[in-house]
Amino acid sequence: MDLYEYQAKELFALHGVPTQAGDVVHTPQAAKEAAERIGGLVVVKAQVKTGGRGKAGGVKLARTPAEAYDVAKDILGLDIKGHVVHKVLVNPAADIAEEYYVSYLLDRANRTFLAMASKEGGMEIEQLAVERPDALAKVPVDALRGVDRAKAEEIADAAGFDASVRDQVVNVLEKLWDVFVKEDATLVEVNPLVKTPTGEVVALDGKVSLDENAGFRHPEHEALEDPTQTDPLELRAQEKDLNYVKLDGSVGIIGNGAGLVMSTLDVVAYAGEEFGGVLPANFLDIGGGASAQVMADGLEIILSDPAVRSVLVNVFGGITACDAVANGIVQALALLEEKGEAVSLPLVVRLDGNNADLGRQILRDAANPLVELVETMDGAARRVAELAAQGA
Amino acid sequence: MAIFLTENSKILVQGITGSEGTKHTIRMLGSHGDIVAGVTPGKGGQTVTAEGRDIPVFNSCQEAVAATGADVSVVFVPPRFAKAAVIEAIDAQIPLVVVITEGIAIHDTAEFYAYAESKGTTRLIGPNCPGLISPGKSNAGIIPGTIAKAGRIGLVSKSGTLTYQMMYELRDLGFSTAVGIGGDPVIGTTHIDCLAAFEADPETDAIVMIGEIGGDAEERAAAFIKDNVTKPVVGYVAGFTAPEGKTMGHAGAIVSGSSGTAQAKKEALEAVGVKVGKTPSETARLMREIIEAR
Repeated sequence: MDLYEYQAKELFALHGVPTQAGDVVHTPQAAKEAAERIGGLVVVKAQVKTGGRGKAGGVKLARTPAEAYDVAKDILGLDIKGHVVHKVLVNPAADIAEEYYVSYLLDRANRTFLAMASKEGGMEIEQLAVERPDALAKVPVDALRGVDRAKAEEIADAAGFDASVRDQVVNVLEKLWDVFVKEDATLVEVNPLVKTPTGEVVALDGKVSLDENAGFRHPEHEALEDPTQTDPLELRAQEKDLNYVKLDGSVGIIGNGAGLVMSTLDVVAYAGEEFGGVLPANFLDIGGGASAQVMADGLEIILSDPAVRSVLVNVFGGITACDAVANGIVQALALLEEKGEAVSLPLVVRLDGNNADLGRQILRDAANPLVELVETMDGAARRVAELAAQGA
Repeated sequence: MAIFLTENSKILVQGITGSEGTKHTIRMLGSHGDIVAGVTPGKGGQTVTAEGRDIPVFNSCQEAVAATGADVSVVFVPPRFAKAAVIEAIDAQIPLVVVITEGIAIHDTAEFYAYAESKGTTRLIGPNCPGLISPGKSNAGIIPGTIAKAGRIGLVSKSGTLTYQMMYELRDLGFSTAVGIGGDPVIGTTHIDCLAAFEADPETDAIVMIGEIGGDAEERAAAFIKDNVTKPVVGYVAGFTAPEGKTMGHAGAIVSGSSGTAQAKKEALEAVGVKVGKTPSETARLMREIIEAR
């Protein structure tokens, strides 16, 4: 889960990383009042979970409360790379003498954590890594030993921080490690970390991603979620514990196992090329069980996507036998009919693996005119794409 | 010979008294898995009866290993207790620990991986994986034992169901060992580890490698193949249609910016001479051609 800047800074403050207090507001009027409270020059910053806010006009200075009202009015409602701004952060505008960069993240390749630090912050870090790789220090961090004072000094020195700020940067690195570990983050980034003209080092912007698998240790993290930022269908799927991702196409997909479902999306997209570019409408992994209820929940969500024209159920019977899956499909269709939400779109079913013949027979016996059996995954993908094209 | 898991492997099941643990203990026993012990803290002294065998349950891995000589552990412990369970297995110096559990916090995995590395006596497979099977010899995990017979193809995959799918398509040719390495961002045994083991295994003639979006494990595997693998390798990569920034089921399956894309992985593999199938079926066909041409 990615956090907003203001949420990241709240976690920074909680763990002692020096940062700025600020007000999160939803209206120009509230921005004006915040500017009055803060006094002097303020900065109004769009709260969106994407980079490049500055360039998109999402970060602006205001000299007076009236100006804060005006810039907040401009920023609220702005669309930044598909993210609409619903709230802004009002911070005192810091004078900046120098800009730095520090972060901790997961290093998948080396299966450990990585500290990154640079005296040249401010710009996008990907850009810095390409243009000035020597200016970006990368120091592996052992997951067992973590970052103590000595390690923080090693990181600061690898980046070559001047003596005047070294101790403060070391302090930031130690406290930021606390954020990373104690909050179960997969990324904590401060960009920029700034030195003010009076020599103080402060985190001016922050990015934090939290590990949802660690939620059992952090019941308080649930409050950080912003349901308005999730697709409504994805939200409904979450409530039913379904692994669903909304996509832009017209073929609804249900399958078992993340890899097989990803593969199904690809195979449908290939097949769809023949039919004028038909694409998958979603990713939905119903896992090993495939009970009637899970199948019904899955179908219900897929069918409430108005873009869907046909549905492919692609199940490989490994642990779950195909006869159980077939019964699940038959019962799910009955369940939906009882609820008055009878399926009206063609359903292509491909069952393979354990007890596939038995499963296919069950579907043939049920003789639902909307259900069509295709034996191979490639054939099923072709047929479902064709049906979607016909229904378009 | 097979890799990592042979007819001599003695398996202990951590979390044997849980529903998943018991269910899969029965399935493993039914497909040549020699389950010698179970571990559930607080339930030492009990037995689990499965497939006509009474399997003793111990309070700790240490006790189970001392009493039975188990040299493989399969972990079915729930996510929040998984770290402690894996560390216990490492402390008992079990040479192969297979972590089936899905949903383990990344800091926990990073810690027990680092711990295993520091001890140097345990190979980890997973987490979030289906385990591994050497058909006709042994089965450690949840891969159905009936899909494919023994043969001379080695399989390594990030995905469980794609492992099953591929084994099914090539079931008549058969497999030396199939290893599901798991879909988490941090995993113990990698594609490269399996490629190296298959290359060294006299009972493996050719290798199927299945990858998916996220990270750069496939790209690194390609570089490894170029310099170290002489046996034919056929590849498949899932996730060409995955949008940027969305986790596709597996915690590790995410395209971040321009990195981790299926296209980049496919290109890296093809650049070193690996034939990459467009679909699982085409991948199976490519492998079939190689085996039948021998």
